[in-house]
This record gives sequence, structure tokens and C-alpha cells, in this order.
Amino acid sequence: MEPVTVIRSTTVVLPATNIDTDQIIPARYLTMTSRGELGTALFADWRYDASGQPRPDFVLNQPQAQGSRILVAGRNFGCGSSREHAPWALHDWGFRAVISTEIADIFRGNSLKNGLLPIVVGEDTHRWLLAHPGAEVEIDLPGSCIRLSDGTAVPFPIESFARHCLVNGIDELGFLLAHGDAIERHERRAG
Amino acid sequence: MNTLPRTLFDKVWDRHVVVSETVDSPAVLYVDLHLVHEVTSPQAFDVLRARGLRLRRPERTLATMDHSTPTDPAQVAGRVPIAVESAARQVRQLTRNCQEFGLELLGMEDDRRGIVHIIGPELGLTQPGRTIVCGDSHTSTHGAFGALAFGIGTTEVGHVFATQCLLQRRPRTMAVDVTGRLGPGITAKDLVLAIIGRVGVNGGTGHVIEYLGSGVEALSMDERMTICNMSIEAGARAGMVAPDDTTFEYLRGRPRAPAGESWERAVADWRTLRTDPDATFDRRVSHAADVVEPMITYGTHPGMVVPLGGCVPDRPGDAVHAESLAYMGLQPGERLRDKAIQAVFIGSCTNARLSDLELAAKVFAGRRVAPGVRVLIVPGSQSVKREAEARGIAQIFLDAGAEWRESGCSMCLGMNGDTVEPGQYCVSTSNRNFEGRQGKGARTLLASPAAAAAAAVRGCITDPREFLH
Repeated sequence: MEPVTVIRSTTVVLPATNIDTDQIIPARYLTMTSRGELGTALFADWRYDASGQPRPDFVLNQPQAQGSRILVAGRNFGCGSSREHAPWALHDWGFRAVISTEIADIFRGNSLKNGLLPIVVGEDTHRWLLAHPGAEVEIDLPGSCIRLSDGTAVPFPIESFARHCLVNGIDELGFLLAHGDAIERHERRAG
Repeated sequence: MNTLPRTLFDKVWDRHVVVSETVDSPAVLYVDLHLVHEVTSPQAFDVLRARGLRLRRPERTLATMDHSTPTDPAQVAGRVPIAVESAARQVRQLTRNCQEFGLELLGMEDDRRGIVHIIGPELGLTQPGRTIVCGDSHTSTHGAFGALAFGIGTTEVGHVFATQCLLQRRPRTMAVDVTGRLGPGITAKDLVLAIIGRVGVNGGTGHVIEYLGSGVEALSMDERMTICNMSIEAGARAGMVAPDDTTFEYLRGRPRAPAGESWERAVADWRTLRTDPDATFDRRVSHAADVVEPMITYGTHPGMVVPLGGCVPDRPGDAVHAESLAYMGLQPGERLRDKAIQAVFIGSCTNARLSDLELAAKVFAGRRVAPGVRVLIVPGSQSVKREAEARGIAQIFLDAGAEWRESGCSMCLGMNGDTVEPGQYCVSTSNRNFEGRQGKGARTLLASPAAAAAAAVRGCITDPREFLH
């Protein structure tokens, strides 16, 4: 996995609360059998009209969103299904971080395993980010803090092991495999 | 020996810790049972292949096909090809993967096939005290047996394949204490919708819920499964109910449940899986069962729910609420009862067990589906299907004018082509009313099997108690 350290980008803002995994990627895009390119399916039902044409009023279809790596979203982002296709689609489109006041459990875990930072901030920071779409933001993962364009630095919580893996490009499977002996002991004990 | 009072969750968690968590690293948690389906597993098998790994414990792994599979009998039997080509590819891929990696598959032709969360309990694989995972968020269903069961992503499916373990931080605990008993004609679905409406769709985030109290003890296993199933709709990855005689009676004699002396030993152990009297939860909510009414959702998440006799709430200044109502084509203050609907779906891992179908059949018996309403009834498993046919329930559905299908997830998420038309209202016994969940532009109204059947018969939202005596 490629290491993630500092992300500097303008933001894209989707203020809706409870953006669920069916919005991030509708179920009809889940019939793939490989780790294909899912960027075009991201937010498909919001992004395209009935004939499949991009809706010009949707933020991801606007020129200023292109190249952005940070999504700012309303409270409780990623609720719903366990589909890892959701962080895959966000990552494939180009996002490397999602910022909200609350991020659903399974989505958060899946994101951390795919180089997409799920960042939870307080109400004040969130309000500022929502009010400043397109603001230049720096996310410093080793320092666990966000720097806003007004100079404010805001720390964010991130699970220490996940951060260690992301910063160093370590994948968790290798870590688990290294515990083979302990797993075997547990299996013998539990029968 | 740990002598501090512990919750049910603590007891199950502690038994499965292979390596304790520290500030720097999560716990390594052992998985007793890994359930696999065609949609969230292909890329995990690819990881094994790429790294030259095998399944650590294939005998602790069971695969089936449910999410993208057809429910049309001709397609299931192979008389005609599966209509959705990408779904057919997933089905073929899972078959190949199971052969290559040596895990048991209950495939298209197997009479034990069904929705993964329905067949685990049916087979007796879902047992108290087990850790159970699956690449599906409704894995929380299995917690009804006092198992710790939760959904995982595809990367984690690969972790369990290779190591039978997951890296996990210990979640917080939340008790939902259900007092009193449900009234006549009120279902577990109404109860869990009322609970979600109360705690919110994010109220359980970071927590494992234990449902307890007299209102839970009185529930059947099918009802407990409905409740635990929807824990994830309150944000909780897992929901649990302490095992009791109801649990043991359900499991006794099931094909994969312990038998003979091991049964007695297992039950003695399972009886210890209860929250100790002095144990504390990080959060506690109490909910009165006796005041629960038939419930129905009106919006685009399961927390947007009201009693079926109520009105669409008005939230002036709440733009998200307004957008949700615009999608649903509903007005603030609008009465829900008697609202015309065009489709009804009775199925899903929430409500497609035999008792759910029996309840719906009580409403359908001697009645016809209202003109212009499409009714799709999809049993949760092939076993439920056979039993419903043997008991004459399927015939009641057919006589009423409903479509009776082969088992699968079907119109809950519309992956297999079973979808609701854009703009149509569908009263659905499934678990999610997200925008587009049942098809692009589809408007889902979540309710119980009784309310779904009542809506089918009258062609509009209806209090099912009118039909239940």
C-alpha cells in the first residue's frame, strides 16, 4: 500500500447528513468480480440524469471539484452497508480523505484499509468547512491535525495502529499473519 | 479468572481475544464462523491468490449465493440463463473460488441455499457465544442467539480467510431495555423501527447493543432476529440478545447444532452467557413495548419513522428533511394512512422467515391484491419456501394474486433485477429506505409483514390490525 502522510487540497462539500453507502455507490454497480475502476460510479444517482448524462448542478460535475482530494460531508457519513466498494469508489475518483462530524463504523474501518482517511472534526470546524467550499486544507496524518486556510490547526482523532499502517504503507494482513503462533495456541485452547 | 461483573458482550469478546489490545495495536480477535456470499468476496479470494495464501480454516467458512441471484424459478433451475450477466459472472466466480480454496458452498441448486443470515440459524451454525462475521452489514442478525456477529468489508473478508482473525478495537456497549410486552398485532419490526426512531440512525455508532428486558425475553427467535438485524440501522455494528430456553429450543436438533452429550455441555455453557447483575453499559436506553404502534417510514433513512396512523413530521428550516420528503413525494403534515401505493415487497433478511410469511398469509387469506399493485413475496431460504408451500401459505399468496419466488435478497437492494419502478411507492419489509435502494427513484416505506400485506390488499397504507383478529 502506498504510504499516506500529508494531503493538501481544495475541498468538495456535500452538506447532506446521513449520506449512506447506497448513495456513495448504488447496488447495481456491485456485480463486478475484480478490483475495477469505480470512480465513474461514485454518487451515480446524484451525478447522472435518467439518460446517463452528468447533471451540471451536482458538485462533482463542476470544474472546481476536479482534482480535489478532500470531501467534506454532513453528519453520519457512510452509514448503511459494509460494501467496500464505497471507499473504493471515493478513492478511485481521487478522494484521499472524508471529513465529517461523524462517520459510520464499518465505512470508517473499510476506508482506513484503502488509503482513504475518515476524519471526524468538531461542530465548529465542520461549520467552517461547510461554509467555505473549495477552501485549501492540509491534512497532516503523522501530526493528526488539519490546517485550515485561515491558519487554524485542528487536531483530529485517529486510531493509532491504523495511522501507523497508513503512514508507513503497512498492510494489516501481514501484521495478522505474523501472529500465526498465537492464533494456533488459541485454536488449541478453544478446541 | 476475571471476576469483575461483565456484560454478555464482554463474555463473548473475552473468549475470542487471541492477542490483547494495547494503545498501539488493536486486539486480534478469533472468528468462529465466517459466512461468505458472491458480492463481497471475489476481490478477497484474489488477494489470497496474489499472495499465495490458503484458507486457514475452511471448515469454519460457509458460502452461499443470495445478493445478486435471480428469484425467477426458471433462472434458478438453470432452464434459462441468469438475466443479469454480471450477476451470472459473480455466481460462476464464487463457485470456482469455493472449489479452488476448498470451502463449502450452498450453491444455486442446493436446497439449503438462502439469504446468508437466514440459513446460518436454520442450519444451527449460528450458536450462542460464537463470533460470526460476513461481508454484509446485516450480519448483526445472528446476535439474536447471543453471538457476537458483525459485518466486515472485503479486505477483512481476506483477513479472515487467511488468518481466521480480525484486528478490532473493543467497542462500547449500549443496553436497550425493552419493558412491557408488544400489543396484539404489533410486531418485532414495529418495535425495532420505534427504537431506531428514538435513538437515531447514528445513535448506536461505536457500540454493540444488547437488547434485554421482559419485552425481549417474550420474543421468539424469529422476532429477536428481526430486532438484531436492524441494529446496524441504528449505527451499531452488532446487536445481541442473551441466550435462553427459547434459543436452545430453536437450536435443538438443527443439523449443525451440537448433539447428544455435546448438546448438554453446550447448553450448560450457553447458560453462563448473560450480563452479570452488576455489570454496567456505556449507555442505557429504555423503551416501552406496550405503547408501540404499527410503524412505517416516510423518509430516506430508517430513523425517519412514525406510527402508521400518524403524519409526516414538519421540520421547518431543515433542508435535508425537505429534500428527503421531496424525493418521497410527501408533504409535511400529510397523513400516511390511506396513501396509495403501487408495490409491496415481503422478503429480506429482516422479515422473510416462516413466521413472517405466516403473518402476511393471515392478512391475505380469502382476499385479493388490490388492482394495480405489484406484490413480490420472496422467502428467505429454500427451506422457508418448501415449508410455506407445504403449509399452504404459498397458495394463499398465489390465490391473492401475489408473485411467489425463489429465495434471495431480491428487491431489498435490487441487484438482481427485482426493482421498484421510479416514483412508485413500495411498502417493504426490508431494512433500508435509502434513496434508490430498491431501484433508481423508488420510494420505499419500511413496515412489518402484516402492514405490507394490508397495504397490498387495500392498495394503500393500512393499519394491519384491521385484518388480524
